[in-house]
Amino acid sequence: MDLKIASATATSQEKSAVDSLLGVAPETSQGGERNLAGHRVARGGESLRSLRHMLLPTLHAINDRIGWLSRGAINYISQRLDIAPADIYGVATFYALFDTNERPARQVHVCIDLACRAVAGCKEDSIPTGAIASPCIGVCERAPAVLVIETGVTPRYEVLAPATTSQIVDLVAGKSAGIEKAIAAAVPQAPDASLVLLSRIGRVDPLSIDDYIASNGFAALRRAIEIGAEQVIAEVTASGLVGRGGAAFPTGRKWSAVAGQPVKTRYLICNADESEPGTFKDRVLMEGDPFALVEAMTIAAFATGCQHGWIYLRGEYPRALKNLTNAVEVARSQSMLGENILGSGFNFDITIFRGAGAYICGEETAIFNSIEGYRGEPRNKPPFPVEVGLFGKPTVVNNVETLFNVLPIINTTGEKYASWGTTGSKGKKLFCVSGAVNQPGIYEVTFGATLRELIDLAGGLKTGSQLQAVLLGGAAGGFVGPQDLDLELTLEAARAAGTTLGSGVIMVLDQSVDMVDQLQRIAAFFRDESCGQCVPCRVGTVRQQEALARLVNSSGTNNAAVDLQLLRDLGQVMRDASICGLGQTAHNAIDSALTRLKVFSS
Amino acid sequence: MSTQITTGLQVRRSVELTIDGQKVSALEGSTLLDACRASGKEIPTLCYGDTITPKNACRVCMVELEGSRTLVPSCSRKVEAGMVVNTDNERTSHSRKLVLELLGSSVDLSLTKNVARWNEGYGAQPSRFGAPSFHHDDRDEATTGHHHAPNGETAETVHQPVKIDNSLYIRDYSKCILCYQCVDACGEQWQNTFAITTAGRGFDARISTEFAVDLTDSACVYCGNCIQVCPTGALMFTSEYEMRQDGTWNEPEQTQTDTICPYCGVGCALTLHVQDNTIVKVTSPSDHSVTHGNLCIKGRFGFQHVQNRTSD
Repeated sequence: MDLKIASATATSQEKSAVDSLLGVAPETSQGGERNLAGHRVARGGESLRSLRHMLLPTLHAINDRIGWLSRGAINYISQRLDIAPADIYGVATFYALFDTNERPARQVHVCIDLACRAVAGCKEDSIPTGAIASPCIGVCERAPAVLVIETGVTPRYEVLAPATTSQIVDLVAGKSAGIEKAIAAAVPQAPDASLVLLSRIGRVDPLSIDDYIASNGFAALRRAIEIGAEQVIAEVTASGLVGRGGAAFPTGRKWSAVAGQPVKTRYLICNADESEPGTFKDRVLMEGDPFALVEAMTIAAFATGCQHGWIYLRGEYPRALKNLTNAVEVARSQSMLGENILGSGFNFDITIFRGAGAYICGEETAIFNSIEGYRGEPRNKPPFPVEVGLFGKPTVVNNVETLFNVLPIINTTGEKYASWGTTGSKGKKLFCVSGAVNQPGIYEVTFGATLRELIDLAGGLKTGSQLQAVLLGGAAGGFVGPQDLDLELTLEAARAAGTTLGSGVIMVLDQSVDMVDQLQRIAAFFRDESCGQCVPCRVGTVRQQEALARLVNSSGTNNAAVDLQLLRDLGQVMRDASICGLGQTAHNAIDSALTRLKVFSS
Repeated sequence: MSTQITTGLQVRRSVELTIDGQKVSALEGSTLLDACRASGKEIPTLCYGDTITPKNACRVCMVELEGSRTLVPSCSRKVEAGMVVNTDNERTSHSRKLVLELLGSSVDLSLTKNVARWNEGYGAQPSRFGAPSFHHDDRDEATTGHHHAPNGETAETVHQPVKIDNSLYIRDYSKCILCYQCVDACGEQWQNTFAITTAGRGFDARISTEFAVDLTDSACVYCGNCIQVCPTGALMFTSEYEMRQDGTWNEPEQTQTDTICPYCGVGCALTLHVQDNTIVKVTSPSDHSVTHGNLCIKGRFGFQHVQNRTSD
């Protein structure tokens, strides 16, 4: 490929941002360097193109330093990575945190998603001038949430939640968000050493490996090495653990499938792109107990024979990034990561990979494309990731909470873990309770608790609040009504009741919440987050939003019946014919509101 | 029972599957679409092209595969022994109808082959989503992750002005169904030029050069291989575009003459489309073994010398 690069050149700051990541560009004006035989060595082609996975980190480097991606900057990346400028432009414009137009160095992103608009009335048209409306930024327990990004030599990412309107105005004006609230504030049960997944939150310094080790840290890794890879998989299989990201696939079966592949180069990805509106459990786990994720990933890699792991972390989680970066570096320095881990001869390392504002990148195959430096579009399945995944190799993709569950399984036994819960749902589960409750936050329960018990655990409804609806599982989940309070929150009971636990969202909406507004936000969310690849989702999410807009005015008339039928038709084609789970679930919550809550049927 | 067919050094087994209740055999490695077509089923396709690896983006070729939660794209799903496939039931018809309606309501399909017939066959009524909206912000300036909330009075479309920035071909993205074929033909599958890409996301996704610059400022080498694969007329020879604008384009009256490109020794096959004794566009047979429908700027556009006649 011969690159044709237009005349715009990068500024020295842009170049230095890229060079700080990729190293200084080799000087070639006098010919390339000579090899041992005295011949000039050309650098380019395959050796540069093999760095394609550095594209997103490089775009981040410029965005962090300059705040936007200019033509000159993209031309410079093009030369450094041998990727055509158009190709880079296509990737850059896929992600909402990047901009190819000049913009101020400081951006104040105000969450206008489901929890924040229900609790605090944050909407597109009501946020202060200069602030940017943002999809859920995963701080729903302290709604409304604001993320401030200030780019520069030392980029700053700050979260302020809850934020008052006047505080948001101050943030736009340049005031600092101050120190973020303690991590443990998101876990009302903490500190409690008897918890299984949250035991260290609020008790153990998340930045200290010594504290981590003193509280049983790395015991599971030692035991895993002792019992061997096959036994680890046997324990995880026996535990009945299923994925906690929403799809509930048996973890043991996934691990066995990868361990049994003839191809020996294998990868592990921790899916930490938590973006489902209403979900914040993974954020709290990563912020509050980052070493546990490092340990769990190392065990997963050991069991499945993976040489390298990635944490695909959503770009809007600055404190998780800071604490995880520390954990990975410290663990590496203490031989808990890297070569010859704990003297076992097992080598494994972790790269933290920042997302850049794309819900779709939580889809397991979209993650592959994103890490590889392409647009985060889902791939066609089959082939499945366990056979052909990241860089075409067998790949394990596990959610953060799923991996956290591996530690108690290995620390005890799979059998012991399976003794918790119900016949169809084993073990411990985290729920993200937000909305009109007294103590919103993450709650750990043994599978089997009812919705009513979870709401009681969260301090019950706020004074004056009457329950109108609960959103289970996030925007891709479904609404249930006050009549469903005794629903057992297990996979089987949810399925039988025609709903889903999804990623563990329990968003409690009281009588003050405008349900039509919530539905319109859900429709807008899916429209914004659709990757645009397939027709049912790309156009279907727009038509769904338009039909809802018409229903607002025509509710109860003949026209309404037409639009309700349109919505059902759209729901079916999106569910049947979309490439990935985003489109397949983009109608679920709306459908549940129409059928269970009878919205629009007055 | 399985038979073996030897082609060159490769041995391809055949597998048996059931399509609409009939047992059929198909070669391992072939797709459900191949198998369906071989057994006489008509499956509509839009984004599928015979020289590009299917992107299965349009979802009009979906069939029902027993055991699969969702429908599957026949253009890219490989056959497996024992598959039970339904190509024509309520579910597949609903899916095709809706896909045709979604595309028909958002994209100008007036030059896309077979669409009118399929719309009739599947009962698709694109107009039921409302009157199309032709008033838009510049789609090239869309902000990722943001949109203007619709009021539902009109159905949003991808309408935008025709891009005319060079004398050889035009880009009318109001007709683009985002099949990705032009991007793949320009990039890694054929030309390795990478002048165009898919930019943006969701409904704002669009085919674009970097920063939407004119083709003349892009890496485009005017091979026209994107025009060759475009199924909707979004990419078009300027000669054809101008004749259509003038109302003089008359396809039934045109003749097609196959010849070999005279410029170099590769020997690419050309099909000259001639109207009124004038070459109006050049294509290349996609099943030709030399270049599979691909040409360079000379073969594609360098025909003017043939018709520089001196008037008597």
